[in-house]
Amino acid sequence: MKVMVESHVREETSRYSYYMDLNYYINLAQKIKAWGEETIKADRETVFEIKQFLYREARLLDEGKMEDWLQLFTKDCLYWTPVTPGGGDPTKEITISFDDRRRLEDRVYRLRTGYAWSQIPASRTIRSISNVEVWKENNSNLYRVRCNFMLNELRAGKMKLLSGWYGFLLTKENNDWKILVKQNNLLDSDQAHENLTLLL
Amino acid sequence: MEQYLSLDEMVQPHRIHRKLYTEKEIFDQEMIKVFGGTWVYLAHESEIPKPNDFKTGYMGKRPVIIVRDNNGSFSAMFNRCTHRGATICREEKGNSKVFSCPYHGWTFKNTGELAGFPWPSGYSKDMDRSDLNLSHIRVDSYRGFIFGTLNREAPDLLTHLGPAAELMDQWLDRYDGKNIIVRNPNRMVYNGNWKLSYDNGADGYHVAFSHRSLLAVGQRLGENKDMTYFAQNPDNSEMTIQYLGNGHTFVDQRPNYKNVGDKWKQQRPQPGREILEEAIRNKFGEQADYLLDQAIGGQMNLCIFPNLLLIGNQIQVIQPVDVNRTELIWYSTQIEGLPEEINVLRLRSQEDFPSFGEPDDMTNFEECHFGLTIPEVEWVNIGRGYRIDGRQTIDEKGVIKGPVTDELPMRNYFQEWKRLMKTNLQLTAVSCN
Repeated sequence: MKVMVESHVREETSRYSYYMDLNYYINLAQKIKAWGEETIKADRETVFEIKQFLYREARLLDEGKMEDWLQLFTKDCLYWTPVTPGGGDPTKEITISFDDRRRLEDRVYRLRTGYAWSQIPASRTIRSISNVEVWKENNSNLYRVRCNFMLNELRAGKMKLLSGWYGFLLTKENNDWKILVKQNNLLDSDQAHENLTLLL
Repeated sequence: MEQYLSLDEMVQPHRIHRKLYTEKEIFDQEMIKVFGGTWVYLAHESEIPKPNDFKTGYMGKRPVIIVRDNNGSFSAMFNRCTHRGATICREEKGNSKVFSCPYHGWTFKNTGELAGFPWPSGYSKDMDRSDLNLSHIRVDSYRGFIFGTLNREAPDLLTHLGPAAELMDQWLDRYDGKNIIVRNPNRMVYNGNWKLSYDNGADGYHVAFSHRSLLAVGQRLGENKDMTYFAQNPDNSEMTIQYLGNGHTFVDQRPNYKNVGDKWKQQRPQPGREILEEAIRNKFGEQADYLLDQAIGGQMNLCIFPNLLLIGNQIQVIQPVDVNRTELIWYSTQIEGLPEEINVLRLRSQEDFPSFGEPDDMTNFEECHFGLTIPEVEWVNIGRGYRIDGRQTIDEKGVIKGPVTDELPMRNYFQEWKRLMKTNLQLTAVSCN
């Protein structure tokens, strides 16, 4: 028996997850292979816009504006923190986060409950973005972005430093930049982490 | 110098002394006597599948190498050059017939036998080589789980596991004989004593409180998902908490899942849930619910003392780092031969609790440890369920059962802990020849 689901349900990605099938993983594997590929450089204006976008994204997180931050993601987004440096194979490996839209909203929702003891008191963060490189995908409204980050966290009186690089797939929807994929590559991704409950 | 109470004074039936968690001297003894005097989990066979595969790890604080030899059998050795003490293997995993010490080039076969050293003319011809082989740890495995002990007098592994072996069977037999494959771990660390995790492995009392944010997420979309059944007094449920002997403890949540498909239904939604479920239903029809359940944890918390917790579908290893620091290594698992959709769903399900549940527990472990440093408040109360007539039962195998919030696992495993700490055994590893 074929299960039929109304198309509007498939689009309610806050509630249902219809876009992350096995093909999604196959396509993703191809995309992340390209993180380091030096294809067509984006034009100056696009690079400028994207840098501004990245700085704003970092600031929204540092200011705890998590709902505004969520608005930066597409409805079929991925928020991915691999354990294996550089990504690995998420069909065979556990990750720190492999969030579809719904789970990313869960993540924010949990932090807002007032009962997430690991974030009481909440982390104070400050992050710096650098080494931004932007490439355009062939014939598409899709840009690959790599940048490095330094993230200082203060929580419960202790300072910590996280660092690594972000891989982004960005697209433009109605003149606004949106995040299709954000991959958080921590330098110490495969090491033991203390309380990694902040948004990266 | 502050006076210590005796172990008998510190481990009482309904309370234990805070120093069991906070004193470095006690920790150092535990690392020898508990993580040496009993069977300690070392590795899973699927992590070293081929001949000459090896994995490095720890037995307590001791660096060890676990090896599958040419004939396919397992051994574990101290990762210590018999020359001047350097670790001879510094990789997490690999395949090699020999280990060569990077310091002075002494070389050992993966059987532990000293193969040679550079410029042998510098040693006298009648030098006794017999104690220059790597020392072997006594090992035994049960259904792929490799354990080691330095106690020659310890009973065999199966006897030691006792009723826990049968529960391991139940955890593994959900897959109709298919093999489990241990995948990469997600590693966490907290600033607190290792026993705070072991206590928590069989604690049905904390869920409604420590995991309040997780349970709230479980209700976000208007349904009650995941462990929300812990929110009303769970003592009225059919769930039980158990002491299995030799330090092993158990929480049975399975009575909440009576029908095929219940585990799948109750699980909080994981990424790709609907589309992968659809694929499974289209391909497998009536079998689908049975398969989908295999993407979800077994609803058993089986804690094998002192360092192995089978929780959800994960193999969690407690690795003490210091008296106030503990690493938790959550190995993910997949099953050989299950549809790929199910194995992917397994991983996405195994990312749920480490994201939304464990961090709040680890925060509470840290805050426990912090509180326990107050010298003037000496006792940890473990009295829930103590001396209430008819609340606990003991079956013919000696398994003690009670309502799921009872602290009977702690009351009992600390007796085993005390027994090990009091024993003055000669703990040994033996040279391979």
